[in-house]
Amino acid sequence: MVKMTGGKAILESLKRHGVKVIFGLPGGAILPLYDDIYKDKDIRHILVRHEQVAAHASDGFARASGKPGICMATSGPGATNLTTGIANAYMDSSPVIAFTGQVARPLIGNDAFQETDACGITLPITKHNFKIMKTKEIPQIIKMAFKIATTGRPGPVHIDLPRDVQSEETDFDFEAEPEMPGYKPTIEGHPLQIKRAAEIISEAERPIVLAGGGVIHSNASPELSVFAEMLGSPVTTTFMGKSSFPENHPLALGTIGMHGKKAANKAVTESDVLIAIGCRFSDRSTGNVQYFAQNAKIIHIDIDPAEIGKNIKIFVPIVGDAKRVLKSLIERLKEIYKKGKTTAWVEKINQFKKEFQPKMDYDEIPIKPQRVMKELNSIIDSNTIITTEVGQNQMWAGHFLEVHHPRQFISSGGLGTMGFGFPAAIGAKVARPEATVIDVAGDGSFLMVEQDLATCVLEKIPVIVLILDNRRLGMVSQWQELFYGGRLSATLLGESPDFVKLTEAYGAKAEYVTRPNEIRPALERAIKSNEPYVLDVIVDPKEHVLPMVPPGGRLDQMIG
Amino acid sequence: MEREHVLVALVENKPGVMQRISGMFAKRGFNIETITVGPTESQELSRMTLVVKGDERVLEQVQKQLNKLVEVIKVSDVDPNESVIRELCLIKVHTPDQHARAQVVQYAHIFRAHVVDVSPESLMIELTGDSDKINAFIELMRGFGIKELARTGTTAMQRGAKIIEPKK
Repeated sequence: MVKMTGGKAILESLKRHGVKVIFGLPGGAILPLYDDIYKDKDIRHILVRHEQVAAHASDGFARASGKPGICMATSGPGATNLTTGIANAYMDSSPVIAFTGQVARPLIGNDAFQETDACGITLPITKHNFKIMKTKEIPQIIKMAFKIATTGRPGPVHIDLPRDVQSEETDFDFEAEPEMPGYKPTIEGHPLQIKRAAEIISEAERPIVLAGGGVIHSNASPELSVFAEMLGSPVTTTFMGKSSFPENHPLALGTIGMHGKKAANKAVTESDVLIAIGCRFSDRSTGNVQYFAQNAKIIHIDIDPAEIGKNIKIFVPIVGDAKRVLKSLIERLKEIYKKGKTTAWVEKINQFKKEFQPKMDYDEIPIKPQRVMKELNSIIDSNTIITTEVGQNQMWAGHFLEVHHPRQFISSGGLGTMGFGFPAAIGAKVARPEATVIDVAGDGSFLMVEQDLATCVLEKIPVIVLILDNRRLGMVSQWQELFYGGRLSATLLGESPDFVKLTEAYGAKAEYVTRPNEIRPALERAIKSNEPYVLDVIVDPKEHVLPMVPPGGRLDQMIG
Repeated sequence: MEREHVLVALVENKPGVMQRISGMFAKRGFNIETITVGPTESQELSRMTLVVKGDERVLEQVQKQLNKLVEVIKVSDVDPNESVIRELCLIKVHTPDQHARAQVVQYAHIFRAHVVDVSPESLMIELTGDSDKINAFIELMRGFGIKELARTGTTAMQRGAKIIEPKK
């Protein structure tokens, strides 16, 4: 058996799982592992400027590629700085594997320098975590970590590595298979439930499909299209499900929810059968649950049994992988489904879509954000990845942008993390270097992570940051204007910094965009440059994201 | 309808499992009345008994969320009517005189409890039974003055041939 250090055993195990990139930032308690990284020729380590960026970048990498993303930090503050990114990955079920250094085994519990109970901290925000106390267990624990992160409902796994475990010599045994008697995700849907669902679907006159992020995780978009077309059923997505179904498809309604499309929210409310696939009925999607699809029999397909019946009463639950269940459902429906029942419904839906066409062709100065989305739509192709920050920028992007391919729209849905979009763009660009990656940002969000422009410049990661610059924490100020009597408590950001000068200080390119007709040429220059690029688009600070379901309101009663 | 449910969980015998379970309860806002844990016939497994208060919906979520934990192997909802449910309780009762002492010993006898320690001023009683029986005994002892009280929390096992074992 080959002898090697714990650090090398970690890298060797990662490579056997196909890992080529790690996002991280070293420190004292992870020095031995970084020494092995230095000696390794096959793994690219991308040095970030803040650990939160490493976690978000590995998350963006995972979402863009479908493969697990790897991030790394030292103990103590390194670990705590990772946690926002880990929590973000947890809320959006993203397969991230996070490594942290830890003080050496004999020092654990002594409040040693930079010691923190990292596993205790990540316990509620990971699918599972490990502290490696026996060096020889490294390969098996890493095998378990990959299995847990990527199968069933995906999610982050954290591994804590005491310093002396990294440096200790061990026999490297990758062959032994770890046992996890308590971990057996259900993949295939129960045949009886599939039969029941098919019967209900075949009776439906006003069916609607609600596709969530699970459709993207399980790569079920092709099956989703077949399914929807077979039924002639309109398809709406949750915010996390955006890009799971082509938004230029005649049956596409766009997203539902608080800032979803009016047509989608109305259609859900009027449906008689709702087929929800890989979604968790979050409050942002459902509005007031009492009135959510209240006339519909709800069929819920999800790989996580705990999501079924958690927020909404379900008529037919099907636990299983979205792709597999859809395949079985399609087979079953082929035998019994008769077309034609939904014609009147689809006509009505088309009517809704025409009636509630959002306006985007504004010519005003300062620029209306809707116009920016219109220009973006004109350049988005199958090779474009959009990431977003959180707040108004995100909701404008979610509402107005049209994306047609899975993994093309990457955003922080569950945790709502400002400062996610830019690092996620870095991760996405590293995962798919051939793609054009654009972070739709707000000035507030971008300032939380702008230091990693340095990473983009030095590592040659040409992402585009398009700032919708309104000099405020836009979404919070919108709520203050709508629900708090216009008292803008701590939401005005003022005229600092100058984003163009800031970007130039890092050695990246930037320009101001102040007129609507400048947006597209500026975007084209940014794409063509193949360099990190910031577009500071000065937008109307008074503009709200509308329409909107007020908090606690009903989906079919949107304001604006 | 809100009531107490007794859940038995077989879990991997590893450090931190208890923390994962109590953490999950805290984060989801579930109420644990009692939780007990101990070894089983297998070295790899520990057995936990959880008493949880809530309606059917809460119970379902508790079971599902427990099952999601990687180190939880099996969760069973135990029907109190078809199970033996026991708790152990130690009580130190104030018995300053002969009269009090005699009375406490007599009550202990009625409850099939044992006197396990004696001092000039107090008696220590050991009692097992379900929560109702223990509560009743504690109420009786209050009249004398309880100096110290320790309860273990509930443990349970189904009657008859049924056993809770890991899925094969």
